[in-house]
Amino acid sequence: MAQTILFYLFSAVMLFCALMVVINRNPVASALCLVVSLIMLAGLFTTLNALFIAVVQVLVYAGAVMVLFLFIVMLLDIKTEIRRRLNFLAVAACFVAVIGIFYKMYQGIASIPVSRGPVPHATVDVKLLGTELFRNYLLPFEITSLILLVALIGVVHLCKKEETL
Amino acid sequence: MSVIGLHHYLIVSALLFCIGLGGVMIRRNVLIIYMCLEIMLNAGSLALVAFSHFNGAINGQILVFFVITVAAAEVALGLAIIVAYYRLKQSTHVDDMTSMKF
Repeated sequence: MAQTILFYLFSAVMLFCALMVVINRNPVASALCLVVSLIMLAGLFTTLNALFIAVVQVLVYAGAVMVLFLFIVMLLDIKTEIRRRLNFLAVAACFVAVIGIFYKMYQGIASIPVSRGPVPHATVDVKLLGTELFRNYLLPFEITSLILLVALIGVVHLCKKEETL
Repeated sequence: MSVIGLHHYLIVSALLFCIGLGGVMIRRNVLIIYMCLEIMLNAGSLALVAFSHFNGAINGQILVFFVITVAAAEVALGLAIIVAYYRLKQSTHVDDMTSMKF
């Protein structure tokens, strides 16, 4: 019962805030709505017993990534977006495309047979996840560290002030 | 109320993905487009964790762990490109981004 209430609460707030990200014209307000949306998603992860993923979601997404976003928005000093003329035909086409894609997704989801509820298994704790990660997924883990190194070097190179640009 | 099952989570995930997709197509500010991309990535993560939970497998959660790591790297690089572009053009509007070479 509590899980049902939590599911609907987290889902409603998450979808509302995601919609506000799209609707808001002020980038700072959009970023703050995105923070709430991501934290609610972490709440949904906890209802699925994925506690480690929920913590990582809050730390990395709602923490580091969003601080980076807000920092860049404030660094660029973007005021509320100037209203440019919207192409209404294009907006209507976007709506039709989105609704069509959602309809196909819904068909796919509805075709999944209803299972008998969750398979009983122990709560996924950090120890289990870490053992699995370092036993069966060691190579992807190491490649991820390489990706982070490449991103680090790329960012430093891109943001370096160049006189000859 | 019915018991919350896999379908509920998948429909929420599909809705979240569609909101992100609509944002990417409608908005013209490159920073907002970037945020909507993050929303779409998170919708994928939600579907993965839901499948992982309702099938009693841990693989989905490990994939989400990698998705979060790669998304962090992607955000850092993308924002650096936006900053570099803003220095040249003083704009974050996608309609102003018409040239690849300066």
